[in-house]
Amino acid sequence: MRKAYGEKQAVDGLDLVVGRGEIVAVLGPNGAGKTTTVEILEGFRSRDGGDVRVLGEDPARAGRAWRSRIGVVLQGTNDLAEATVGELVHHFATYYPGARDADEVIDLVGLREKVRTRARQLSGGQRRRLDVALGIVGRPELVFLDEPTTGFDPQARRSFWDLVTNLREDGATVLLTTHYLEEAEHLADRVVVVRDGQVVAEGPPATLGGRTARQAVVRWHDEHGEHEQRTDTPTEVVGELGARYGEVPGLQVLRPTLEDVYLSLIGADEKPAVPTTSDEHDNEPTTTPTGAGR
Amino acid sequence: MTATTEARPPALPSTLRLGYERTRYEARLFFRERDAVIFIFAYPIIMLAIFATVFGQDDAAIEIGDTTIPFAQYFLPGMVATGVMLSSFQNLAISIAVERDEGGLKRLRATPLPPASYFVGKVGQVLVTSLVQTALLLAVAALAFDVPMPSDAQSWLTLTWVFLLGTATGAVCGVGFSSLPRSGRSASAVITPIVLVLQFISGVFFQFDQLPSWMQQIASVFPLKWMAQGMRSVFLPSEAEALETGGSWQHAATAAVLIAWLVVGLVVGVRTFRWRRRDDG
Repeated sequence: MRKAYGEKQAVDGLDLVVGRGEIVAVLGPNGAGKTTTVEILEGFRSRDGGDVRVLGEDPARAGRAWRSRIGVVLQGTNDLAEATVGELVHHFATYYPGARDADEVIDLVGLREKVRTRARQLSGGQRRRLDVALGIVGRPELVFLDEPTTGFDPQARRSFWDLVTNLREDGATVLLTTHYLEEAEHLADRVVVVRDGQVVAEGPPATLGGRTARQAVVRWHDEHGEHEQRTDTPTEVVGELGARYGEVPGLQVLRPTLEDVYLSLIGADEKPAVPTTSDEHDNEPTTTPTGAGR
Repeated sequence: MTATTEARPPALPSTLRLGYERTRYEARLFFRERDAVIFIFAYPIIMLAIFATVFGQDDAAIEIGDTTIPFAQYFLPGMVATGVMLSSFQNLAISIAVERDEGGLKRLRATPLPPASYFVGKVGQVLVTSLVQTALLLAVAALAFDVPMPSDAQSWLTLTWVFLLGTATGAVCGVGFSSLPRSGRSASAVITPIVLVLQFISGVFFQFDQLPSWMQQIASVFPLKWMAQGMRSVFLPSEAEALETGGSWQHAATAAVLIAWLVVGLVVGVRTFRWRRRDDG
């Protein structure tokens, strides 16, 4: 999939497959092409090249029936100010065939007490829950969440995650973009890291970046200064050090966090990036944009 | 809950049904926007009260031969026309610009709501609010200022078609103009002066026949002058027809100008309408 704005190639041959029932997180720095990618998949933007299929249809040509099967939660908007939560969810439910019960959705997103409150008076987190309520009231098979928790306090983020997990239990596929590594780690079955409009790595959060990026680092110091050794077998290294020093001075065994791996992948750090793809996906694909004519 | 086996997916709700849902939703929300209620809904009623009171002191009136027309009666048609224009044109031009800027239109675009239903809802809301507004205006004029209401069916028929055609034209032009302001914040600042100038040159606040003729000619290009003239033919006695350009109510010309703006507005509106902000890709 490709898309350029003037000279800037925002999406440059990006390949992405999302299986039915998966939660996939797209990570990347600002300007990496995340939102452009998602908005092409949602049918908001046209693409310059490539083949895109979402729920079996090309979003650029898809009609009402297709829109009734997707749910879109856009990046923060400030519309709907004077309508109440209850009015909005009930009203949006009328757009869809086979919508969920509006009151059930209000309970699901935890806005029962706010049902008569106008959208303008909601807090940031409650407002985002309302966005999600409106996105899922049509019982979508595929939900797009674009930076859903930006600006949340940690507690609001936690309860938002529970909500997303509930969606999956209902059988929905979720495609999520986020800045927060912790969020991707907590929610996603698979993480896709995007940089300069291309996928630089993808895989389950625990194995992202491949083995080399996941090597443990053993650190210690002695009279010659600091030492650091990268290894697949830290126990063995520590054993050898123990034999040498007895009590090893300043011993540390470090496992890279997702954040360390991510930062090396997007080149924000001088460590060598090791982009590798891991894991086969034999799920039935629901969205399969593939790069063409690179 | 999903025990139904191999059921065909339920049919999408019809465009008209959703147009009705949108109308209800939009009409309810219109009355919650304080700005809209004051500057669009109540404005012509307030202006009528002020003008009728200020100019009507000591029973001053417009005299045509033996006929005297109190100021309240003379200004009522212009205020009805202004009300129609505010409720349709100003209301939609500003509210759609704001919805676009705040992302509300984009949100709707992602749902299976048909665009036609959105516009049916807008037109429905305009019709509901301008009907209530006109009814209130007439009630205030009749009860507080003793303005006589038309007694013949012909006048009510004229009122109906000028009202409906004026509302349709104003709504369509409002949709077209909604793309002009660069942001929701600037929408009022861009649209309100246009409406104000039209009100001054179209004979809403002054006696149209006493305006300089070049101003009358400019006003004749725009719909408001014609709507006001059409409304004068409804509420003023037949003697007042002599004050009009060419001594005639000019119903045919009124219909022609309104229809021309309706068509132009429709073409421009369809070509320029955007669901997203200009700076959004």
